Amino acid sequence: MSAARGESANVSTAPEEDRVLVEVDDLKVHFPIKRGVVLDRTVGHVYAVDGVDLRIQRGETYGLVGESGCGKSTLGRALLRLVDQTGGRVVFDGVDLSTLRGEPLRRMRRRMQMVFQDPMSSLDPRQSVASILVEGLRAHGLDTDRVATDRRLRELLTAVGLPGTALRKYPHEFSGGQRQRIGIARALTVNPDLVVADEPVSALDVSVQAQVINLLGDLQEEFGLTYLVIAHDLAVVRHISDRIGVMYLGGLVEEAASDALYQEPLHPYTRALLSAVPVPDPELEDRREHILLSGDLPSPAAPPSGCRFHTRCPWRQADRCDTERPALREITPGHRVACHFAEDIRDGRIARHEVAAEAVDATTGLSGVASTSAAGPASVTEVLGP
Amino acid sequence: MALLEVRDLSVVFQRKGEEPFAAVDGISFDVSPGQMVGLVGESGCGKSVTSLAIMGLLPQRGVRVEGTVEFEGKDLLRLSDRELADRRGRDLGMVFQDPLSSVNPVIPIGVQVSEVLERHEGLRRREAALRSAELLDRVGIPDPSRRLKEYPHQLSGGMRQRALIAMALACKPRLLIADEPTTALDVTIQAQILSLLSELVRDTGTALIMITHDLGVVAGMCDEVNVLYGGRIVERAGRHELFAEPRHPYTAGLLASIPRLDAPRGDRLTPIRGSVADNIPWAGGCAFAPRCPNAVDACVERSPEMTRDGERLLRCHNPVGRPAPSEEVPVQ
Repeated sequence: MSAARGESANVSTAPEEDRVLVEVDDLKVHFPIKRGVVLDRTVGHVYAVDGVDLRIQRGETYGLVGESGCGKSTLGRALLRLVDQTGGRVVFDGVDLSTLRGEPLRRMRRRMQMVFQDPMSSLDPRQSVASILVEGLRAHGLDTDRVATDRRLRELLTAVGLPGTALRKYPHEFSGGQRQRIGIARALTVNPDLVVADEPVSALDVSVQAQVINLLGDLQEEFGLTYLVIAHDLAVVRHISDRIGVMYLGGLVEEAASDALYQEPLHPYTRALLSAVPVPDPELEDRREHILLSGDLPSPAAPPSGCRFHTRCPWRQADRCDTERPALREITPGHRVACHFAEDIRDGRIARHEVAAEAVDATTGLSGVASTSAAGPASVTEVLGP
Repeated sequence: MALLEVRDLSVVFQRKGEEPFAAVDGISFDVSPGQMVGLVGESGCGKSVTSLAIMGLLPQRGVRVEGTVEFEGKDLLRLSDRELADRRGRDLGMVFQDPLSSVNPVIPIGVQVSEVLERHEGLRRREAALRSAELLDRVGIPDPSRRLKEYPHQLSGGMRQRALIAMALACKPRLLIADEPTTALDVTIQAQILSLLSELVRDTGTALIMITHDLGVVAGMCDEVNVLYGGRIVERAGRHELFAEPRHPYTAGLLASIPRLDAPRGDRLTPIRGSVADNIPWAGGCAFAPRCPNAVDACVERSPEMTRDGERLLRCHNPVGRPAPSEEVPVQ
């Protein structure tokens, strides 16, 4: 990460297009909600990702934060074509992924890998570590010479801080932190350019989290990786990311350099999110402003009209907020916000007011749908299953 | 006098053919009425087992519970099942981590809330239903009378946790144990639940034991914080003192290893090396010694005793900052 920062200063003279590794344009992923046994009607959609634009530069760490159900995981998966997009474009290193099929897509996959949240369920318990690591190499035809492969696996294990003896062991023989290291090593076997890490540390204990966060930083420096880190823990994301995007109900509401976002959050949701994170400092906790949001996240199957945050926004205005969806616009260089009144809120021209909690259930949006769907999927991960 | 006095509480799991394992190893602490006490530690430190032991919810077989848990002068560990069942829900309330698995999925929320009132306060069904609606309203559930008829899956995670808090507080217990009450929730919902809990505790004078792994959560609300490691309390202090000057290397290590929103963004974190698997038994030294940056020879030779330093309790041979206080605490 420090390397990434240094590097971005060096290559800033390069043309803009060359530095962008991933380009996402108006990406949409909608999941149909089906009803009925024989006819299988589609009765609605979960708007998991609904029009996201973002760019990830080579060598940087892009952090994606948001609460469960905001679509951050789906966005990460859509980027790797692990779920199919409904609309929009993902361009990876100049190649439009949505046009790729079959063999070319499979070859492209070598360059983008994923690290999953739960290292227990993302490693096959019946495969030894060696077999887990070699699988990717085989799939991409990189396992040509036994001695070279063995050397490569040992190098990888050293890089992630595990002893060479780990190769013959099985996942259950490791602690959570070590398992996550194996998951990271697996992603790195095929020499990817981009690593999408979906909640890489949230299943780990606090003292072990720091080890894995540091490891991710070291590996980025060593292998020149580009990261997309998806997490709900804002402190973690802020620590490892160069730039951060905040998602709410399928859309990006704010994007800025990591320090700028924390120093001057401009979107009301970002402000509420930041103020809700408990800080381990009693003096500060007693003093600082807490913005309590009322109510729950609305169902992504029935997103509110206009600005999706208007139902919970303490700065909501009578006009525009509930009718017109705000576009992501650049307010200061590199700082993009999707709020009609961002400047007014920043300069204190609009005051905060109380918001009554609105009862949230999917029935409001999907009238006539059987009550089994009443709660709606809390998150798309729930819809997709593991 | 303290409301709850836990003295030398030990919970030993004994399984056939395996070494007995002490999940909780001689824990003592007090909770006064209206006080918020935090138990903090990582997975496996014994914080949840402590709460289950206090509530008498551990299985009867294969578990040995020792020590005393005096609640208003009565030892909860010596009560009969019947006496304990009378107290649970009335004097002692509990909120669990996962709100979906702590409610019955096939019974409407309303029935589950009124059940407590019917059982302990002898209310008729009609009255209990009215009181339930008031309770749901009190914990911030909109449209309570409709929600009472709904099933747990129809409520969002935050709403379920609110309903669970309503159940726990239905009979105005004098002690509420919250075991990771917000871990399964999003941060904005966590903030709502935490502010609700502190408000309720302030209004009703209920004492609260807050069990969590999140130092940020205790920093905001607990009067006194106990840091647990390997089944023992290693440090206890008021929240301001603890966070301003952590003395135990484990507490200091935890604070140094979490990325902070309020601090400038440094390049590297300082993790605690190794993992809980490296622990050595307390009998022959300090369980934390293999991971401790401050470890000295004494740490692997004899078990550190609890010492008192003003209001602070500390179990360490070589604490951060100043040398270990010499005054030993006899009972604790």
